Amino acid sequence: MSLYVIVCGAGKVGWNLARELIEKDHEVTVIESDRRRYLIVEQELEHSVQYGDATELWVLERAGIQRADLVVAVTGDDEDNLLICQVAKEKYLCDRIIARVNNPRNVDTFKLLGIQPAVSATDLILRLIEHEVPSYGLIHLLDLPEERLEIIELVVSDDAPAVGREVQELNMPEGSLVISVLRDHGGFVPKADTVIRAGDEVLVVLDPGLEADITAHFVANGRA
Amino acid sequence: MVVGAGRVGSSVATSALLAGHVVSVLDADPLSHERLDVELGRSWEENGGRFTIGTALERDALDEAGMAESDVCIVCTNGDNTNLVVAQIAQRRYDVPRVIVRVLDPRRAAWYREQGLHTICPTQIAIDQLTAAALAPAPPA
Repeated sequence: MSLYVIVCGAGKVGWNLARELIEKDHEVTVIESDRRRYLIVEQELEHSVQYGDATELWVLERAGIQRADLVVAVTGDDEDNLLICQVAKEKYLCDRIIARVNNPRNVDTFKLLGIQPAVSATDLILRLIEHEVPSYGLIHLLDLPEERLEIIELVVSDDAPAVGREVQELNMPEGSLVISVLRDHGGFVPKADTVIRAGDEVLVVLDPGLEADITAHFVANGRA
Repeated sequence: MVVGAGRVGSSVATSALLAGHVVSVLDADPLSHERLDVELGRSWEENGGRFTIGTALERDALDEAGMAESDVCIVCTNGDNTNLVVAQIAQRRYDVPRVIVRVLDPRRAAWYREQGLHTICPTQIAIDQLTAAALAPAPPA
């Protein structure tokens, strides 16, 4: 399926994103407000880049926001990204938006104004670091707040209640499910009679709010 | 509470202070504090005013300036985008009863007004007045 995507901001993120999307046969318009940057990017992207301030409604309309399937706001200004996504969603009723958060302290503001998903490079890198350092105990792999769904990863500790027990005996809370076990450099989908071992990494899909219950099963004394 | 003390913000802040209200000003530039002093003829604080140096988007700055206690919040920094975001933060996070925001872009001022923000658009006022003046019937010769 080919999408029409408007990318606001032709910095490193916007330019590369546009290039990838065009390679995947999507239709793309990039909007850049800096004249010099626009002229550089225009040499490669040609008609797929437009010069203008994407926070102005007429610029978005000129780019065809009424028929956009996706608007991605990746400028270096969080206010701009917030407002671009807000008008895309609420004025032009665009189904899908993605915002970049430059300053992680602004993540709350994106939430407050209902601009989701808001992607913060700092947070992503932090997640990766956490993934590399399993001593953190519980890692959020995926959060879909609107769908009320999360996937977390836990390392089963030596003295955890789950050790030596079959998955079906675990008494997992309603709204949670072990979907994968990583063991000996491989992963598999557990069956009802799979026995959990210390050192296993388990992936659990759950309703938000169940983290503490689930941690209690796989980490001794609930320390995460 | 006045966010952004340029020409407009500092005048509004001074008038409110002289009318006997408690006024807290937030601006990123210490120079705007000097402008307030000059307008009053003596120090802003001596007259009972509050001043916080900080960025309007930072939660810490808004907390320190006392956004949560304010009855009226006037947002008039020199950036439309900052103003529109800060005004919505004031409304939604701090439940400020009256939020007034300056927006120079007429189309967005109109749209955000429809969404329930009290926007003031100096550009639209200038357009209306200039148009009226230009198109006024010529006085009899």
